[in-house]
Amino acid sequence: MQSSLGYNEDMIVELGHFALILAFAVALAQSIIPLVGAHKGWRDWMVVANPMATVQFLLVGFSYAALTYAFLVSDFSVKLVVDNSHTLKPLIYKISGVWGNHEGSLLLWVLILALFGASAAWFGGNLPATLQARVLAVQSAITAAFMAFTIFTSNPFTRLAFPPFDGTDLNPLLQDPGLAFHPPFLYLGYVGLSMAFSFAIAALIEGRVDAAWGRWVRPWTLAAWVFLTIGIATGSWWAYYELGWGGFWFWDPVENASLMPWLFAAALLHSAIVVEKRETLKSWTILLAILGFGFSLMGTFIVRSGLLTSVHAFAMDPERGVFILMILAAFMGGALTLFAFRAPVLEAKGVFATVSRESALVINNVLLAVSSFVIFIGTMWPLIAEMLFDRVLSVGPPFFNTAFTPFMVALAMVLPIGAMMPWKRGNLGRVMQPLWGIAAFSVAMGAVTWALQTGSSPLVPVGLALGLWVVLGSAVDLWTRTGRGNIGHRAKRLTRLPRADWGKATAHIGLGMSIFAVAALVGWESEDIRVVQIGESFEKGGYTLTLTSVDRVQGPNYVSTMGTLEAHRDGRLITVLQPEKRFYPIAGMPTTEAAIDYKIHRDLYITLGDPQDNGGWAVRTYIKPFANWLWFGCFLMALGGIFSLTDRRFRVAAGAARKGPNAVPAE
Amino acid sequence: MNWLRACLIGLAVSLASPALAVQPDEILDDPALESRARDISAGLRCLVCRNESIDESNAELARDMRLLVRERLVEGDSDAEVLAFIVERYGEYVLLRPTTEGANMLLWIAAPVLFLIALLSAGLYLRQRANAPEPAKDGLSPEEEARLRELLKE
Repeated sequence: MQSSLGYNEDMIVELGHFALILAFAVALAQSIIPLVGAHKGWRDWMVVANPMATVQFLLVGFSYAALTYAFLVSDFSVKLVVDNSHTLKPLIYKISGVWGNHEGSLLLWVLILALFGASAAWFGGNLPATLQARVLAVQSAITAAFMAFTIFTSNPFTRLAFPPFDGTDLNPLLQDPGLAFHPPFLYLGYVGLSMAFSFAIAALIEGRVDAAWGRWVRPWTLAAWVFLTIGIATGSWWAYYELGWGGFWFWDPVENASLMPWLFAAALLHSAIVVEKRETLKSWTILLAILGFGFSLMGTFIVRSGLLTSVHAFAMDPERGVFILMILAAFMGGALTLFAFRAPVLEAKGVFATVSRESALVINNVLLAVSSFVIFIGTMWPLIAEMLFDRVLSVGPPFFNTAFTPFMVALAMVLPIGAMMPWKRGNLGRVMQPLWGIAAFSVAMGAVTWALQTGSSPLVPVGLALGLWVVLGSAVDLWTRTGRGNIGHRAKRLTRLPRADWGKATAHIGLGMSIFAVAALVGWESEDIRVVQIGESFEKGGYTLTLTSVDRVQGPNYVSTMGTLEAHRDGRLITVLQPEKRFYPIAGMPTTEAAIDYKIHRDLYITLGDPQDNGGWAVRTYIKPFANWLWFGCFLMALGGIFSLTDRRFRVAAGAARKGPNAVPAE
Repeated sequence: MNWLRACLIGLAVSLASPALAVQPDEILDDPALESRARDISAGLRCLVCRNESIDESNAELARDMRLLVRERLVEGDSDAEVLAFIVERYGEYVLLRPTTEGANMLLWIAAPVLFLIALLSAGLYLRQRANAPEPAKDGLSPEEEARLRELLKE
């Protein structure tokens, strides 16, 4: 269609396609020129990486905007729009539909890669010129690889010769705010780890890792970890309310693929502190940075190839799987080879006693890395067993719960002690002095809980004791930091503590709350399944629930069967719950919408089942104790990361960048 | 048509079709027996689903398996006998908790063994750091000291 302005609106998709190809060319150049420049010491060749990173980001940004435009105007000549959209779909899901599919989500990956690269150009002015050039080159090489993958195997801009009248709609499961915004956060996390990787490779090429390197790499890792935390938590929350029985973690390969990099990022952001403060653990930190991104790539590989869903799904589309495997092999193989050659150059400086913060963080890293390995081997084992031993078997939640939990218990047990241990040389007796009281209190509370609860499962008592120990230990740590003096002075000093201290305490408290919530949710959940007639009442967990009606409701792009239940307690109406069964006719798919009454100490969770022969309805009711504490704990972990991220030492570094000579254009 | 779509639809159908997994009519009258049935079902994989136990699944086959488990329990089988019966019918694949037989031993001991190795190497590293010589006051290595002198000469 020719518009009055004289340009062709239909061309926007082609322009987006063209911008992506152009960005690919820029990325290729950017992954070579600055490396040569840094090697030869040619300043011009190094600094050109900065504008290139910006241009690359703008081009990919335009390309992404063009694809979004195609979704917004429902341009059904684009194959991707036909497969994943529909004119009736709500606006928000037209936007989220862009990444709710393989091709579009890859373009988002590339966009975030370019964004992180450009950020390193914008905020990295205080980096040594050669290091910055190398970081930008490595980052661009990763971006280029994913651009090639997008353009050659998964092009989102493919046109159809005969556009259909309407699209086939987005998978209705994805038409949900929780799931719509969960992938971008995960991608920000996965891709954020690419920055740590780029810094690691650049440092290996330079042959130098010092305290400053630790300080530069930490914010990126912290940001990636915060994004992963949010992404995993929203995904888990979505599963909780959408899948209909309130499960929040299934040990599915796709979930495991996000938990592994999360654990690695957690290990990395702790070991980077040791590099920053004490200049030791250098080669280990570099290795963590490489492996962390490696697991991100593997996560992508697992999700994209369908390898673990079924070996046959992989064979159905080997082109994409092989391409990602090649990217994985090239970057991991190259990085680990480089590591093997250069790691011995990285000499440790700090000397510390066996009882010290350094040692405590080594234990933290061992536990996090090994627990990540548990998930890795459990996820890959069905594949290994089939290929090597010709056994078709499953590895499910019972394995992961048994094999993973001990490491988390150990982590929680050592956390408060390690967090208060002084650097360089510590005294266990002195560190434990303020902690004995809360240790005794936590164990006592666990014991009381065990005595009072029905049933003999130690799950909740142990979870409660550990959670209390971590939460109170973190509070004691923060309070101890205010030094000596009267309470008023110390309280005043509390507000002036560095934000990193607040971040540490907040994140650890969040972890403690999550540990307790998981234990309570798994150990104390109760369930009720029954057939209910309309007008009939039943008792559950102290509530009287009455099914008042079941109605047919028309939604924007679905029809719903909606039950209405009133919950009374002691004759008082507490809440009205409306669980739904939806059917999306265009996609031909049913979904369940549970009705949940959220309270601080429990969730009342109801789903509506099928109509029964006698006119009643199947109704499932759950009491989920302390469910909200899990999401709140995850939120606190992310918030703690954000506090740390805004610590003065990082802000000062960013400020120096703005004043630094590199940030101001020379001409 | 396109594998991802196929996967997503498979996922959707298996995960989110109408919510009730265990139907009201399946529940045994004896609460002790029912609770054992639930525990056993949670450890058995639904064969036609993506990654679900028969306790969570809505598939017809999962319902059949749930009923089968309850049938065996009512007839007086022990938990182990029920599992053996199901495995004989459907194969090792149904067990969500892999056995420790044969090569599976590797899976179970891999993490503990790695943990011990990691602890040991961490311990050795920590001892070595505790006994390492203090670096020079300015924190530079001997090579860097030499290079610094060289640079200062220029």
